[in-house]
Amino acid sequence: MVRALRRNPSFIFGLVLIVGLIAFAVIGRVFAGWNDAFPLSAPPSMPPDGEWIFGTDADGRDLFAVIVYGTLLTLKIGVIAGCLGLGIGTTLAFIAAYHGGWLDAVMRVAVDVLLTIPTLLVLVVIASVIHRSVNTTTIGIIIALLAWREPARQIRSQVLVMREAQYVKLAILNGASAVRIIFLEMMPNLLPFLGANLVVAISQAVLASIGLEALGLGSPSEPTLGQTIYWMMNESAFMLGLWWWIIEPIAILIILFVGLFLLTAGLDEIANPRLRRAEA
Amino acid sequence: MHIAWIAARRLLMFIAVVWVASSLNFFVPRLAPGNPIENKMMAQVEYGGSSVDVQSLVKAYNAKFGLDKPLLSQYLAYMHDILHFDLGYSITDYPTRVTTIILHALPWTIGLLFSTTLLAFFLGTLLGALSVWRGAPRIFAGSVPLLMVMSAVPFYLFGLILIYIFATVLQWLPLGGGMGIRDDPSLSLGFALEILRHSILPAASILLASIGIWTLSMRGMMVTVQGEDYMTYAEALGLTGRRRFVQYGLRNAILPQITLLALSLGYVLSGSILVELVFGYPGIGQQLFRAIQNQDYFVIYGIVLALICALAIAMLLADLINPLLDPRIRHGGRIA
Repeated sequence: MVRALRRNPSFIFGLVLIVGLIAFAVIGRVFAGWNDAFPLSAPPSMPPDGEWIFGTDADGRDLFAVIVYGTLLTLKIGVIAGCLGLGIGTTLAFIAAYHGGWLDAVMRVAVDVLLTIPTLLVLVVIASVIHRSVNTTTIGIIIALLAWREPARQIRSQVLVMREAQYVKLAILNGASAVRIIFLEMMPNLLPFLGANLVVAISQAVLASIGLEALGLGSPSEPTLGQTIYWMMNESAFMLGLWWWIIEPIAILIILFVGLFLLTAGLDEIANPRLRRAEA
Repeated sequence: MHIAWIAARRLLMFIAVVWVASSLNFFVPRLAPGNPIENKMMAQVEYGGSSVDVQSLVKAYNAKFGLDKPLLSQYLAYMHDILHFDLGYSITDYPTRVTTIILHALPWTIGLLFSTTLLAFFLGTLLGALSVWRGAPRIFAGSVPLLMVMSAVPFYLFGLILIYIFATVLQWLPLGGGMGIRDDPSLSLGFALEILRHSILPAASILLASIGIWTLSMRGMMVTVQGEDYMTYAEALGLTGRRRFVQYGLRNAILPQITLLALSLGYVLSGSILVELVFGYPGIGQQLFRAIQNQDYFVIYGIVLALICALAIAMLLADLINPLLDPRIRHGGRIA
């Protein structure tokens, strides 16, 4: 195990970035109050110094609090949408692959058609009619409405391959029930694959959420990272030259995206042994 | 399967995509609590002043989509309009047609997207091929991991950093917009340069983030191609390295890239909407942002539908052109 991990630097590096980011946010919560992430909690437009270590924005939010809570809220959207999307996608994939026939054909065509339509545009249509009452949980659920497509396609093909595997055929000959085969024979082998799909789904969901928020469809009462970028763009941080307000949310998002990307690459390597590096 | 059958199936897919997209626009606001479209129109009527004639928009809307009409007849009326390219009127900018707004913004978006996508495709493909080609300078292989990591970051985040560096700090390039405020659109060289100057940063941020997509896939294909027998044969023939690279390597490895071009267009399109927003570039993305800010639902739906259709057409064309580029299909007329 340790040796396998040592040969998988992208997994380790990605894990370090993501765990580090979560640790920063969780520990940061001890030092930052929730109320500090809202306007008028601090003097406006202060550069980073001893008292406001991340500086403050033009509305007087303490940016340290904004970044700490924003990271957690943005991750919350990603995890809600990612888990729901993966759950729905996996369920549909098993139903389609097991039932076969017309049901499988309908799902394949539906996924193909839906994958052609850019996620962000559909989300804009849905979010624009309810954006008066939106919060981070509903944003997560809205994104989940589309997040099942790719896991459904990927896992379906994986299940079809596994159904032909010797150990599954043996279990069928032994008279094992479908439930037993799915949960005891197939799921354990699917785990690294599900993990990689989950990380991709979370990353896509975070991407979609900051897209929605940048377009002004986010929740104005919760300081997510995307919402911070929206405020920064629309309150002329560039004209005022408030570099800390610009750099901080972007830096955190870059760490988040690169971390998730490396984690996916690493999990792919574990799920697909053919990609594994030769022993040095 | 015969090629005509494949083309027909592909065309059906296209029709399904357009149907799903337009149905989405019809049903989502009707499923939403409290009929947002009518609320917005009422608010606009109450707003009064110059927009008194919005009432004629409300009348026309109620005649077609009023609550007294059954849902099916509303749906048929809506589909009839869509099939006649009638996307209705802007609510906040009545009587401007939605199609007019789209047609005004479209050249900016197409210009930016078309040039950057082509450039990223060529640069990325070449870089990917060179990164694994024996005898190519090491620097190509070295740049791949960096580009891959950069492709994981959304375009517009780079855009924001570029604005800060080149517009705020160095002040070499404009903060945003499509042209200077005092510029008159004309066919002069100066105006063209001004347009170009405004498009450098948006284009650069799309390029930076999308080159990696092409590099990565081309790299994989080129590795496979290098192991093929015809490469050994070309080497045995004593052909020059450049000729083997271009005619034997590149030509064979590039086919899947074109399929990928079709698949990635959607990703590039969504990214570029936000890039336009970041730079205040006067294209479709900027109009979509304005429509969202004004809750101008007909403009939002019109833009979304137009973008989905444009994308579906581009993908359809790419898929139909693909077999023409593959000599095996072109000469045989059949796919094995």
